[in-house]
Amino acid sequence: MAIEIAQLRKSFGRNEVLKGIDIAVEDGELIALLGPSGSGKTTLLRIIAGLDWPDSGRLDVDGADWLAIAARDRRIGFVFQHYALFPHMTVRDNIAFGLMVRPKAERPGKAVIARKVMELLQFLQIPHLADRLPGQLSGGQRQRVALGRALAIEPRVLLLDEPFGALDAAVRRDLRSWLRSVHDESGSTTIFVTHDQDEAFELADRVVIMGEGRIEQIGTADQIHDHPASPFVARFMGATIELPVQISAGRAVAAGVDTSRIERRALADGPATLFIRPADLTPVPDAAGLWRVKQVTSTGAVLRPVLTGPEGQEFAVEILRRAAPGLEAGARVTLRVETGTIFTETPPGQRGQVGQSAELKDIPLKEKQK
Amino acid sequence: MTVMTAQEQVAAGRHAAMAGERRTARVLIALALVTTAFLILAPLVYIFWRAFAEGTSGYWAAITTPETLHAIWLTVIVTVVVVPVNVAFGIAVAWAIARFRFPGRGLLMTIVEIPFSISPIIAGISYLLLYGRQGFLGPFLREHDITILFALPGIILVTLFVTAPFVAREVLPLMLAKGSEQEEAAVTLGARGWQVFRYVTLPGIRWALLYGAVLCAARAVGEFGGVSVVSGRVAGQTNTLPLQIELLYNEMSTSVAAFAAASTLTMIAIVALIAKTLLDSRSGHG
Repeated sequence: MAIEIAQLRKSFGRNEVLKGIDIAVEDGELIALLGPSGSGKTTLLRIIAGLDWPDSGRLDVDGADWLAIAARDRRIGFVFQHYALFPHMTVRDNIAFGLMVRPKAERPGKAVIARKVMELLQFLQIPHLADRLPGQLSGGQRQRVALGRALAIEPRVLLLDEPFGALDAAVRRDLRSWLRSVHDESGSTTIFVTHDQDEAFELADRVVIMGEGRIEQIGTADQIHDHPASPFVARFMGATIELPVQISAGRAVAAGVDTSRIERRALADGPATLFIRPADLTPVPDAAGLWRVKQVTSTGAVLRPVLTGPEGQEFAVEILRRAAPGLEAGARVTLRVETGTIFTETPPGQRGQVGQSAELKDIPLKEKQK
Repeated sequence: MTVMTAQEQVAAGRHAAMAGERRTARVLIALALVTTAFLILAPLVYIFWRAFAEGTSGYWAAITTPETLHAIWLTVIVTVVVVPVNVAFGIAVAWAIARFRFPGRGLLMTIVEIPFSISPIIAGISYLLLYGRQGFLGPFLREHDITILFALPGIILVTLFVTAPFVAREVLPLMLAKGSEQEEAAVTLGARGWQVFRYVTLPGIRWALLYGAVLCAARAVGEFGGVSVVSGRVAGQTNTLPLQIELLYNEMSTSVAAFAAASTLTMIAIVALIAKTLLDSRSGHG
């Protein structure tokens, strides 16, 4: 099922959570909606499911207007973040629910339903849990049941809200590759919501990055990683160091910083901001360097030197310990930028103003580790 | 004089503190037991003692007088009508408040609680003023030959008013706490409205519903103030059991009759209490 969403808007009271969303999802695609909490990704998913209605905009699926179809008639499989299994029904009855509630004319016979449920249980690798109640299952098992319940109605579109959010890391990795195979075998169009970059990029064909009710960028992992479309995406992708630079003849220039490894780009001269990931900035010991190592912490494999700059800037970078001999507190260094993204304009309302010295920020290794 | 080591001093201090605490606990427990015995247990025992003062045959004769039997019968009818109506009302109100946002939602939540804070006699009087001969709807009712006051409909209406909050109050917090995800899941799986209710909502609230129904029934059986205003209090016709007990007592306070009738009401209450206790653990009150 190809899904086409155009200019979708939704407000809750005065709070506008979707500010004009446009996406085209191809038939059979696996799409991740990635963004921080409050970016509107769950609301978008609920609108596609028919659990919420937009204020304006279009939602067409294979050419049909889905905003004119009730949720129960859309035949979507929706997996809730906390599974929302029916606690008083066995696993078997949970999975059979979508078939049992069909009108008599469309409902398969009891034997057919029983066989179908058994097939699904085998497929989900949980046939031994058929007669348990949801309360007796672990988180990962519940997730499988929830997915089985959604798949039982042979959904045309599969929607998952933070499918692995409530699971521990090991189970999460396990289920991730398993979900990919479920998607490939069922052939449905799948959209899932997550705030975990690794999850999004590992699993999805394309990732939709959302921020504050808008789509910031749509692309594959490599595209988004190498060419973030906005400062928001750059920050979200872990480029937490924002260095004020001057553009001069297509090159970014900053005191004490070696930017020769960044490609020359057709940019107008003037102030700009260079977004860099902490691992893409190498401090090179240099007696004449303008930057100083303030302190160094080590995880054994990775050093995290805190650097101070000529204009009072301060941030931490990451470097493999073996690749950085002589990097001690008090050492003078020059910074070499391995790769980074330049944005000449700072959109209104975003922090970090071009031309001013970078403020002191706490720098998480990656956003997802919050 | 013996000198205590620091350790001994600490131990002694702790011992004294513990002994003090234990003493406080004992005093509190004793107080609670004595109060319960005097305020609650003693009157109950007294009722049964007086009811059986003339032996079982006297007791039996007292509660099988036509008027008392009729009162029991009337009370049963009122309860049988009131409980299902309030169960339906409670579910409807709880559903509306828990699942929808609409103007006046907060107000509705408050209004449902009004019968709890208003004395039942006020309910009775307001029904009198509304449906009475000189009341607002009086002429209309007379014209259409509808009798509400001093008859079964009036008794039922007042009892409905008094017991209206019980079911809603039990079900609403539960529905709010459970959220609507399970119901939404059912909808995405293709369930129609009534299927969602029958297979998902109802099983989720069934114990709270039953608990509310038991409370509602206990209150309906025992209702006195409001009913006494609108029933007309005709023995053998519009006297419910609580009214009949008062009547018997006023007629002859020494007789077995009043206490025998009271003991039946007490037994109904005790049965309700046991049912409530059993339900407590299941509906999550325990």
